[in-house]
Amino acid sequence: MSRFLRPLVTAAGILLAWELLVRAAGLPPFILPGPGRVLTALAAQHELILRHAAVTLSEIVLGILLGSLFGAASAVLIAASRHARRWLMPLLVVSQALPVFALAPLLVLWLGYGMASKVAMAVIIIFFPVTAAFLDGLRRTEPGWIELARVMDASAFAILTRIRIPAALPALASGLRVAAAVAPIGAVVGEWVGSSAGLGYLMLHANARMQVDLMFAALLVLAVMALALWLAVDRGARAVVRWQPETLAHDHQG
Amino acid sequence: MGVRRLVYDGTVLFENMRFRLEGALWTCLLGPSGVGKTSLLRLIAGLAPGALVVTDDGRGLEGRVALMAQQDLLLPWLPVIENVILGYRLRGTTRAERRRLRDQARELLARVGLERHAEALPAALSGGMRQRAALARTLMEDRPIVLMDEPFSALDAITRHRLQELAAGLLAGRTVLLVTHNPLEALRLGHRLYVLSGRPATPRGPLLPKGPPPRDPADQALLALEAELLRELTRSAALLEEAS
Repeated sequence: MSRFLRPLVTAAGILLAWELLVRAAGLPPFILPGPGRVLTALAAQHELILRHAAVTLSEIVLGILLGSLFGAASAVLIAASRHARRWLMPLLVVSQALPVFALAPLLVLWLGYGMASKVAMAVIIIFFPVTAAFLDGLRRTEPGWIELARVMDASAFAILTRIRIPAALPALASGLRVAAAVAPIGAVVGEWVGSSAGLGYLMLHANARMQVDLMFAALLVLAVMALALWLAVDRGARAVVRWQPETLAHDHQG
Repeated sequence: MGVRRLVYDGTVLFENMRFRLEGALWTCLLGPSGVGKTSLLRLIAGLAPGALVVTDDGRGLEGRVALMAQQDLLLPWLPVIENVILGYRLRGTTRAERRRLRDQARELLARVGLERHAEALPAALSGGMRQRAALARTLMEDRPIVLMDEPFSALDAITRHRLQELAAGLLAGRTVLLVTHNPLEALRLGHRLYVLSGRPATPRGPLLPKGPPPRDPADQALLALEAELLRELTRSAALLEEAS
């Protein structure tokens, strides 16, 4: 069976079970609308949903870009300098001990109801997995390569930029995949805490007004968006580290 | 070169040791595993501190040493030809210079039989081809002193035999230190053979096989020497076991 057909069959099965549950239990639409109603809501209110989706998407994309940039830069800094290691590492670990969700109200207070606070949430969530993954890669450079480069009279800077960083790109790629997966969480949590636009905001409002079908429609769009983003990052990462042997390759053909 | 005292992991590897590499000749260093062959090579390469290296012309060793290890150490993200000019890339070159270097690298790749694989990534090459690419990279450095740490030991017998011949031809005239645990390899390629022995270790020798390398491994005199070397190595291994 083709790789596209299989998930479609699974999805169709879930939708069918959902519809059957709604009908058999006689659930009212404001508790759990059937998939048909959700699709109708999606079609009827697509302009509203897309407008909010655009806001959320920009927050997520900006968050991924900035978070990855900061994460990668601090990993390189920590790998390159002993001082940076001493000063930044504890900070990094402590930053992860703080529950990001508890920070959300504070960020909204400081950065306002607009996009900035949501982007900041996404950046904070992404920052650590990217830094940790990349740093791990930077630390594990094959020692033989470094020794060879030293005998070739390479400077520490050349070793970092031409050997350590390229060798750590596969590790950075795994960090970016995690980032793409968690960034939507940051953005939506930010929207829940306080905002005037975005899918999180729309869902909260729809929920309060018992428009559960609209809420599900927004959720569906959010899921599709997050999935597309993950796939895009995965594709991009694969293209950059093409040289890395893919031992699970058979898994992606089937 | 001389080493006052080298302690590794609480063990005194060398103490008041002296070792001389004759210019333009292949010196082979044999010895049981763990005796300190690789440590000695790393000392000369400047990868470990603690050695006092004196050269006949009084100049230091910086910029005059090339290294060839047991693993090919090719960077997997660079095509073979870029790996060959790696040293120049790391030291920094202009674009025009790089073009000239690539032409030179292509010639070297032709000499090791890899001209058709210049643009391939290392992963596409067999183990023997990769080690030939590493040899081309070593030659590209064009350094008077070449340090080799068991460069052929991971290869199958036929590939090893052919690569030994190739290396002997291409590195003739350079000062070579070949660390190996294979007596026959040392006898084929070396002008001066030492066995590193004892703890702290001292080089014993030299053994001087007759005739220019690469020698025919079927030569009777060579086989007699191999037996002698094996005896020496066995004695050295026994000494090492006693010491530890």
